Amino acid sequence: MEVFLQQLINGITLGSIYGLIAIGYTMVFGIIGMVNFAHGDVFMVSAFIALIAFLILTTWLGITSIALALFIVLIVAMLFTSLVNWVIERLAYRPLRGSFRLAPLISAIGMSIFLSNFVQVAQGPRNKSTPPMVQGEFVIFTQNDYAVTLSYKQLIIWGVTAVLLAAFWYLVAKTRLGRAQRACEQDQKMAALVGVDVDRTISMTFVIAAALAAVAGTMYLMYYGVVSFSDGFVPGVKAFTAAVLGGIGSLPGAVIGGILIGLIETMWSAYFSIDYKDVAAFSVLAITLIFLPQGLFGRPDVEKV
Amino acid sequence: MADGAPNQRVDMARALRDAGFTALLAFALFLPLIGFQTVTNIRNDLILTTRWPLLFAIVAVVGAGRLAFSLVFEPWLKQRTLRPVAAAPAGWRAVFAKWFTPFAIGFVIVYPPLVIALNGFGGAVKWIDNFGIQILIYVMLGWGLNIVVGLAGLLDLGYVAFYAVGAYSYALLAKTFGLEFWVLLPLAGILSSFWGILLGFPVLRLRGDYLAIVTLAFGEIIRIVIINWVDLTNGYAGISGIPRPTLFGIPFNADDNGFAAVFGLEFSPLYRVIFLYYVILALALLTAFVTVRLRRLPVGRAWEALREDEIACRSLGINTTNTKLTAFAMGAMFAGFAGSFFATRQGFISPESFTFLESATILSIVVLGGMGSQIGVAIAAIAMIGGTEIMRELDFLKQIFGPTFDPTQYRMLLFGFAMVLIMIWRPRGLIATREPSVFLKERKSISADRINEGHG
Repeated sequence: MEVFLQQLINGITLGSIYGLIAIGYTMVFGIIGMVNFAHGDVFMVSAFIALIAFLILTTWLGITSIALALFIVLIVAMLFTSLVNWVIERLAYRPLRGSFRLAPLISAIGMSIFLSNFVQVAQGPRNKSTPPMVQGEFVIFTQNDYAVTLSYKQLIIWGVTAVLLAAFWYLVAKTRLGRAQRACEQDQKMAALVGVDVDRTISMTFVIAAALAAVAGTMYLMYYGVVSFSDGFVPGVKAFTAAVLGGIGSLPGAVIGGILIGLIETMWSAYFSIDYKDVAAFSVLAITLIFLPQGLFGRPDVEKV
Repeated sequence: MADGAPNQRVDMARALRDAGFTALLAFALFLPLIGFQTVTNIRNDLILTTRWPLLFAIVAVVGAGRLAFSLVFEPWLKQRTLRPVAAAPAGWRAVFAKWFTPFAIGFVIVYPPLVIALNGFGGAVKWIDNFGIQILIYVMLGWGLNIVVGLAGLLDLGYVAFYAVGAYSYALLAKTFGLEFWVLLPLAGILSSFWGILLGFPVLRLRGDYLAIVTLAFGEIIRIVIINWVDLTNGYAGISGIPRPTLFGIPFNADDNGFAAVFGLEFSPLYRVIFLYYVILALALLTAFVTVRLRRLPVGRAWEALREDEIACRSLGINTTNTKLTAFAMGAMFAGFAGSFFATRQGFISPESFTFLESATILSIVVLGGMGSQIGVAIAAIAMIGGTEIMRELDFLKQIFGPTFDPTQYRMLLFGFAMVLIMIWRPRGLIATREPSVFLKERKSISADRINEGHG
């Protein structure tokens, strides 16, 4: 029971990170129907940006308040990552809009290879580990000498994810930009006819996706304290799994899917085998796509002739 | 043009503004990851160093590149689109198409003696092994995947899994039962295609991107199983001491019954390399030949029909599941052949060789070459693999960038960049026209803009 509770806490934390990345996949897929293969690597880049910002703040500027430092790091990472993704969309995906269907996917795979190797060349192939940023934990209860704990950093991740999701939900549901996005999702040509700037809306979708990935990247760095150039691929695929599980195109679905994937992964590691935890996540992906292709919250895909 | 001069000035201002903006953008873009570097110091702490000169050099290059683009390239592009298309010299394309294939096959057959003649015995190993064999493996994998992606229109991102199955089946069966390469080659192909059917069966209801992601997941699952099933596969450490191929029982070693001794030649490791070269050449040509013949069989025609329109196929009574499965199995079989060849050539295999990057490389070769075009795939394999191999040879760059400069580091970086660029430049690949296998009166190639996409 106590092990289960602890894994539940860990799983939800991991799942929040996946959920934040998954939103990027689901939004981009919703609006231009493309699997943004490079999104996992954008997440990895954001973790590096966060790492560098954190080092500048703490070692050069001597900021001692971790809360302030983390807040600034989050903002900086969001800004720079958004810029990166904006440029990627302009250079690698926009020229291919309206091209044949596989072209953007191939371009995204190329971008993914490029990003991870760019970071490898620019920052070196070794793991980058930071001293723990946030320490301390609440002990929820102790049973049979096993303390179920909720660490501060897990709490921060829950809090930041919840706040950002609320802000983000407001953005999509209530603002002009969100309306434009939903219009483009349904019919780009029609949206353009009624005065929606489709190019700008798609650009903004990539910017928002990157900003959320940057939140995930910062949280990932804070949680694990280590990041390497190859850390984009597997979380990327898992977040995509989360998006598919939740129903691609559905925003609450992406978050719930993310938490489910996080839970499946931690439970699998705890009760079965940690070596095969990635197999668990990938199997979920395959099983979902085969038996429930529209996901938990997605609309069924109508086949048109 | 009368108003050419003022136009030119306006263009100049715009070009400068664009270049300035691009440089600014590049500065912001590269500031975190190029401007700063995270280094581990002696006490194992992570510290930051700065690289301002490099950052400003990159920014300057990007800005200058943008300026050159809008001053030189854009006007040229505009002129080119304005100019009426000059009538291509009639027939040169046909002559080229007719003679290219026999010439290319002739060239690859005489390649080893040619290289030996040019470089001598010592220098030839590198050219035959690193360039010849390496490229031919990818040509063969590209042609194998071409059946799945190019003909049947099923996007497979986990193709390397079948390559791995082939390599591991050969390695394990050869080491455990001591069987010959020539016995195990077909067996590895059969095992791989069996896996192709096994994995293909549940996923073939999916279409397009979803199919791609599930095949990716399967590829990763197989790799993770190989890593973790240590009893069978020795995990990360891999399998070493895999038996080398023999020429009808004659091994390529320095023994008295070795190849060199039997034929009264002086021993040289080159003989095995040449033998391996011809083996992979034969396998690759077999792949190409089978593909060409299959396209004229009902199943091949069904694949291509499926690629063009799946719904129409179903309404015409084609069993789409079986058609897709045969494509999957056929592609997997050739990957299995290539895999067992890879194992016997290397003598050592480990999960490192079968990562997703490998799948992406093979897929990009197929897509860049032009899906469905065998010549295109071969050219793409030569360009991509040969290009990355040449990166190893560029020693003169060390004189420019200093002795610590290692061009091989940039291989995959440029590879990814090239994938993006080629997609923008020619989204349908280098050879985008298609040769129909059925025609009414005369054979006409179908131009790229009339090709439908695969909905697989």
